[in-house]
Amino acid sequence: MDRIYLDHAATSPMHPKVAEKMLEIMNHHFGNPSSIHSFGREARHLLDQSREVIANSIGAKESEIIFTSGGTEADNMALFGVVESYQHQGKHIITTLIEHHAVLHACQKLEKMGFEITYLPVDETGRIKLTDFKAAIREDTILVSIMYGNNEVGTIQPITEIGHILKDHQAVFHTDAVQAYGIEHINVNDSHIDLLSVSAHKINGPKGTGFLFARENVKLAPRSFGGDQERKRRAGTENVSSIAGLSEAILISQKERSDKREKFKSYKEVMMNELREASIEFLVNGSLDHSLPHVLNLSFPGINVEAMLVNLDLAGIAVSSGSACTAGSIEPSHVLVAMFGHGSERLINSIRFSFGLNTTNEQVVKAAQETARIVARLIK
Amino acid sequence: MIYFDNSATTKPYAEVLDSFFKISNDFFGNPSSLHGLGSQSEKLLSQARIQMANLLNVKPGEIIFTSGGTESNNFAIKGAAFMYKKRGNHLITSSVEHPSVSKAMEQLEELGFEVTYLPVDKNGKVQVEDVERAIRKDTILISVMHVNNEVGTVQPIREVGKLLEKYPNILFHVDAVQGIGKMDLPLKDFGVDMCSISAHKFHGLKGTGALFVREGVGLTPLLSGGEQERNMRSGTENVAGAVAMAKALRMTMEKKEKGIEKMKNVQRGLIDDFGEMEGIIVHTQIESASPHIVNFSVPGIKSEVFIHALEQEHIFVSTTSACSSKKKSPSKTLLAMGVPEPIADSSIRISLSYENTEEEAAAVLNAIKRVVNKLRKVMN
Ligand SMILES: Cc1ncc(COP(=O)(O)O)c(C=O)c1O
Ligand SMILES: Cc1ncc(COP(=O)(O)O)c(C=O)c1O
Repeated sequence: MDRIYLDHAATSPMHPKVAEKMLEIMNHHFGNPSSIHSFGREARHLLDQSREVIANSIGAKESEIIFTSGGTEADNMALFGVVESYQHQGKHIITTLIEHHAVLHACQKLEKMGFEITYLPVDETGRIKLTDFKAAIREDTILVSIMYGNNEVGTIQPITEIGHILKDHQAVFHTDAVQAYGIEHINVNDSHIDLLSVSAHKINGPKGTGFLFARENVKLAPRSFGGDQERKRRAGTENVSSIAGLSEAILISQKERSDKREKFKSYKEVMMNELREASIEFLVNGSLDHSLPHVLNLSFPGINVEAMLVNLDLAGIAVSSGSACTAGSIEPSHVLVAMFGHGSERLINSIRFSFGLNTTNEQVVKAAQETARIVARLIK
Repeated sequence: MIYFDNSATTKPYAEVLDSFFKISNDFFGNPSSLHGLGSQSEKLLSQARIQMANLLNVKPGEIIFTSGGTESNNFAIKGAAFMYKKRGNHLITSSVEHPSVSKAMEQLEELGFEVTYLPVDKNGKVQVEDVERAIRKDTILISVMHVNNEVGTVQPIREVGKLLEKYPNILFHVDAVQGIGKMDLPLKDFGVDMCSISAHKFHGLKGTGALFVREGVGLTPLLSGGEQERNMRSGTENVAGAVAMAKALRMTMEKKEKGIEKMKNVQRGLIDDFGEMEGIIVHTQIESASPHIVNFSVPGIKSEVFIHALEQEHIFVSTTSACSSKKKSPSKTLLAMGVPEPIADSSIRISLSYENTEEEAAAVLNAIKRVVNKLRKVMN
């Protein structure tokens, strides 16, 4: 059975060119970048090169990129680093109800530490309202953390508008771009973004690597102490091969982005058309207008998500009920709760399909047909 | 080419790379995903955990995967301090720790904790009597490294652990990043509560490490998010990296069986021969050191100059620790041992792995003789 992987938002396979690059480095340039001999200098050079590629990809300066162990660390570093540095200017933070747990759980911890958090609601498409946002801003707001694109339903937030609103406010603007980076065009200057988190394993890079963009003038208290790596903002021997792998993944994604966007958008249509043709009733969770091209979240009235996942898995199709992190738990998705309320049927009948490297039209058709068959069977 | 800088970082074993890329290719799923690919990843991760636990003689539930030695040390020290601050706010450590321990301690001092830094004797060793004298009613944590990364001195872990049997409320953390795979460290017998290791020091990959946390010991997490690693360490797990680390540790421990005597011979040979060379001061005292490190000074010749001269001969050694080698400051450990600054300024560290041979050691010795003569001539 040919398996079909439609869970690229949970994690993505490494691109063969990324693996090739990493293998090369692990074998031949394994030095510690802090060493002063040529092994060290080579490793340092690789780091510098990668930093340049990464900075260019979002219009940042090289000195504004901090390498981390992934999206979670980047989010935590942004939130805790900012509040520690700015707490004398206020105790108020704005975020949304639909953030990834890396932001939400950090916010809950900040609440316990005495910070006041406003969790912005979203509409049925998963978007915040700018009027709500403006109303939430206070003089003592020190941080705004709003994700770029949602990992469960794919909805994109009005990031540039938010950035413009905050332009003359003291609050530092962080966005979790873990899902959006690589597929959306992002420029931190045009959008007035101060901090931005990225994770490599979502864009065909290795797991355990990511970065935080932190604008030059933003004060960011470090959280991990030790050696003087990353300009004292993040101690620890740098994961050179993975960082270079991330940089390679970025170069590839830049080349392929516009093709990929068109392709994935058409996959969404193909999927929905197949379902319609099979007369399967479904609803789109999110909005097709403001949406990440690779994420399609559908609700199938009358089915139960767990039975659905099991059946799809047996049919060799890997999809998910929401984010991978909440997948293991029985709790309903906090994102769908925010969109539809606690009583909604959609909490127990929604499936996330997400596209990526090597996803073909045939696979999407096949997955849609299988889905249709299973839905029809389960509804009976 | 002779690489004698294995305390800075090591070359990953070919088999380790095979594992890493095989898993990255074939089992790239997110361990939190419910589908087949996800459960395969979860299984691999749990096998890696069991393997690590077996090698360290602890329980699988006591192993937490991290992004390296620095994170492990920061997590152990701050996680314990925050968790147990109601018991007291006094911590004890040595004055020769790696910066990822000492700077974490400094951060805690800024947050209101009190830290005692124990002195060392002329060999770099902590005295157990000093530990006992430093203990107070409000002491909650003692952190002492196993093997010093600059001169190789082994600390009296067994004795400190024994002493702490009388103080059940004091946690004992050991930074075993340098010692693992060279010196035995029976964690349970020695009463160790937490222990840090880092894979790139034993032919695993950079950006992967582990923290042993004895069952029953709680730590306040430093990373909030998806609640991976039993809610202690959030972030998508680096499955391939963890499996590669387990493999590297197994291989290193196997190589130790056969290779430790050879390593000791090489070390003894180097120390004896340096002892016979005029004007060389050996800082590593063989009886109290791990067999993989030899630290010595060639007074009058700056370490950087010496290192670059050896590099001309394709021999790679280092000044002190890689982390501080960018800065011009002399070795903290040597100063703590009472070595005068000008001599500390000219110190060189050789660090071995089981891959190094006696022939290489002979070649290095000859090269060192040549370089010393040449540089002395230039200076005179
Ligand atoms: C939106 C979002 N933020 C943060 C993360 C966390 O990233 P990582 O898994 O690299 O820690 C994820 C994925 O897990 C995500 O989808
Ligand atoms: C004794 C010791 N502890 C901790 C570390 C830090 O480990 P890592 O480089 O994995 O962050 C090192 C090496 O750099 C070390 O030698």
